[in-house]
Amino acid sequence: MTTAHVGHATSRVDGRLKVTGAADYAADHDPPGVAHATVVRSTVASGRIVEIDDSAAAGAPGVITVLTHHTAPRPHARARAHSAQVDPTVTHRLRPLQDDRVRYQGQPIALVVAETLEAAVHAATLLRVTYAAGVATTDITRAQPVLPTPKQTDKGERQPAVSQRGDPEGALAAAPIRVEQTYVIPRENHNPIELHATVAAWDGDRLTLWDKTQWVANVADEIAAELGMPADHVRVLSPFVGGAFGSGLRVWPHVMLAALGARAAGRPVKLMLSRRDMYYGTGFRPHTVQRVALGADRDGHLGAIVHEAVQETSMYEEYDESVVDATRYLHSCPNVATRRRIARLNEHTPTWMRAPGEASGAFALECAMDELAIALRLDPVELRLRNEPAQDEFKRLPFSSRSTRECYRVAAERFGWGRRTPEPRSMRDGRWLVGWGMATATYPTHRAPAAARVRLLPDGCAEVATAASDMGPGTWTSLTQVAAEALGLPIEHVQLRLGDSALPRTPPHGGSMTMASVGSAVQAACHEVCRAALARGGGDDLAAAMARIGQPVEATVKVRAGEETTRFSMHAFGSVFVEVAVDPDLGETRVRRIVGAYGAGRIVNPKTSRSQCVGGMIGGIGMALMEHSVVDPRTGRVVNANLAEYTVPVHADSPPLMDVTFIDERDPHVNSLGVKGLGEIAIVGVASAIANAIHHATGKRIRELPITPDKLL
Amino acid sequence: MSDERGPEQPGVDPAGREPLGGSAASSGAGVANAVGPRDAPVVAHATDRAVAPISVLLRVNGAEHRVRLDPRTTLVDALREHLHLTGTKKGCALGQCGACTVLLDGKRVNACLVLAALAGGREITTVEGLAQGGRLHPLQAAFIERDALQCGYCTPGQIMAGVACIAEGHAGSAEEIREWMSGNVCRCGAYDHIVAAIQDIAAARPPDRGP
Repeated sequence: MTTAHVGHATSRVDGRLKVTGAADYAADHDPPGVAHATVVRSTVASGRIVEIDDSAAAGAPGVITVLTHHTAPRPHARARAHSAQVDPTVTHRLRPLQDDRVRYQGQPIALVVAETLEAAVHAATLLRVTYAAGVATTDITRAQPVLPTPKQTDKGERQPAVSQRGDPEGALAAAPIRVEQTYVIPRENHNPIELHATVAAWDGDRLTLWDKTQWVANVADEIAAELGMPADHVRVLSPFVGGAFGSGLRVWPHVMLAALGARAAGRPVKLMLSRRDMYYGTGFRPHTVQRVALGADRDGHLGAIVHEAVQETSMYEEYDESVVDATRYLHSCPNVATRRRIARLNEHTPTWMRAPGEASGAFALECAMDELAIALRLDPVELRLRNEPAQDEFKRLPFSSRSTRECYRVAAERFGWGRRTPEPRSMRDGRWLVGWGMATATYPTHRAPAAARVRLLPDGCAEVATAASDMGPGTWTSLTQVAAEALGLPIEHVQLRLGDSALPRTPPHGGSMTMASVGSAVQAACHEVCRAALARGGGDDLAAAMARIGQPVEATVKVRAGEETTRFSMHAFGSVFVEVAVDPDLGETRVRRIVGAYGAGRIVNPKTSRSQCVGGMIGGIGMALMEHSVVDPRTGRVVNANLAEYTVPVHADSPPLMDVTFIDERDPHVNSLGVKGLGEIAIVGVASAIANAIHHATGKRIRELPITPDKLL
Repeated sequence: MSDERGPEQPGVDPAGREPLGGSAASSGAGVANAVGPRDAPVVAHATDRAVAPISVLLRVNGAEHRVRLDPRTTLVDALREHLHLTGTKKGCALGQCGACTVLLDGKRVNACLVLAALAGGREITTVEGLAQGGRLHPLQAAFIERDALQCGYCTPGQIMAGVACIAEGHAGSAEEIREWMSGNVCRCGAYDHIVAAIQDIAAARPPDRGP
């Protein structure tokens, strides 16, 4: 598709700000008189605070105030409970410093505000806290799984916890070929390199928050509701977000603490969490235990799938993600049972982390498919081709588009899959064992209501404003491209504003739905402002019309999904192929090559899109080989709450060859731009493809992530 | 409780300043605690005496700044909170992520592991000092061209480390760059493109020429 801007490999419009250090992230803001705050956290996982002696801390040099549950401001009488799309449906929100109860290890129990960061951090060590420790459940292997509470407001976005079609157990028992296994993924933390931070400044009864968030509108709503303020009295700014991967979707307690601290101190407060704080305060991908049973005939046609998952959640909220949901539609099968359950622990609530649900579920399902292919002595790509569905068999709707076959073909060809010898340990490079593995990837195409404002100026420039965020995918650039295209302007003539709750409202910057939602809104607002300008100025030349009008013309448009969601099942699909080399003596795995092909609708910017996809692959390497928040089951403490002991991929772990292909996919149904989103699907399937490649290399099937050397020796 | 207490450095006490407080024994415990993160509750080495500020001359990007600092202030916090040079980012404060990489007398360091007092009088180069008169440093331009960034937060540190990596002569191949850049974590996973950007510039610039 040839267009003026959309589809072009435009360099980031915010690139210059980012390479010069001029892009301003939350903690880069220093309102006059700003004080510094630090959080003190509980050292027990359950119980009550019997006594909290803050005299030494409050008296320490430079300390302005110490807030505890005795001294923290109480919410206004008009305070009201708040719950949004990103929050668990069942929630008894943690309100920091409002009572003496301790619900989890690392819960905020005090805030120290001081003249300098050094004084605050030191004073935080001077608090004397006595607890009456209660009984805590901190070991997931001992928690009793339960079904999540049925959703009261299910509008089709969220899926039921239990599904069944056909007779899965009967078909499984009758199947000539069966595999049944359990797969485990430990807790993983997002670990964006930007530390979560909030700078809070009060001006009378109005509050400004510079906050690291993926959803400025919801931060304003939640803080205003919880403090009993009108929503427009809270302004939230977040034009640049230093990564988040889901950790910035909800409003965590530290945001409220910054607001309360600033109120109590009578001056602006900067609260930047420590790396360790983030393991106790900004969510994580939940530990999951999954059972997958597959039954097939001798030709490799799936006859039965049973997929059950248990995931951890907190004592005060039911976080329940879509771990088994892709199994309902990914491969064709007449008899399918899926079930999600939760296990309640004394911990803070897990949250959305890159491809929440699908990344975990695909690890289990796509490893099981590999095990089935081996049992059938069938090529794993061929097994998937034999089970390619004609429609979404769960929703009983046609797919709006589905390019899986093309993804398998293109990625296999670029990878050289035809040269693979199927026997484990049959491919070597010197002393290294070489393995090739693959997996299917999928993620739903979401969309939510979004608004944008476009203002045309007489000089031929345009200002585009929307509250969306850009945590790294390139939203600044892609939205500018969409606007330039719709207005017929050079890209330099479009000025974009993002990340401000005073701008037209957008949905959360997550779930791979920003382009589908906000991109559609920007496009519609551009079309509307052109129509208005031509109607006023006459003729069919926009520049001439604007010159005649001689003053700005503005349009604000809000768009939402139409009835296409009831007619089609909408998803992005892909496939990922991996080559690993395993050291047979040391058990070390090196990922040498990753080749991915994606049918993700229209690609607005192939340059930033490639970055998103290789980034997802790197995230998948971390998930497969490294990442594990190690929880001490006795205390609920995370024993490796830092970036030296919670290992993530570094430069040296980056495969020498990463190859990304986008299938030319035109989907007229998903949205007016034809985009499906990329951020999530890029990580889905990567860990399974690596696990499958490791089996091929070594003959060892590791079903518990991460696949560290000890598991291969 | 917190692990990020500024490490105490008795050796840098300028004349006339109050001791940092506490006994020698508790001071020693403080240094031990500051070595790395730990989960045991920290036994406070209480002091009720003020920590007297010290005066430090910071030479940053060719300009001199005399600042009064809490002696526990690290270089990253001095740059960000006192000089408002916020291009240098903080990602862990433990020397584990590289986001705060700056050049100290031409060598790359994690600014979170350097006490500001120890950087006094030395030549500090931050990301704000790379572009000359509005003209980007070639590596900055290469980062944009290669899309060697996503969220942009680790980017200043990656660029400073990349400039040093080239100057050190450690940018001879993609493999060598990956090894010598491994102290700079990019959670968005832009490694592929960062290495390409560094290779572009390394090919055009001989090593040891400095930034």
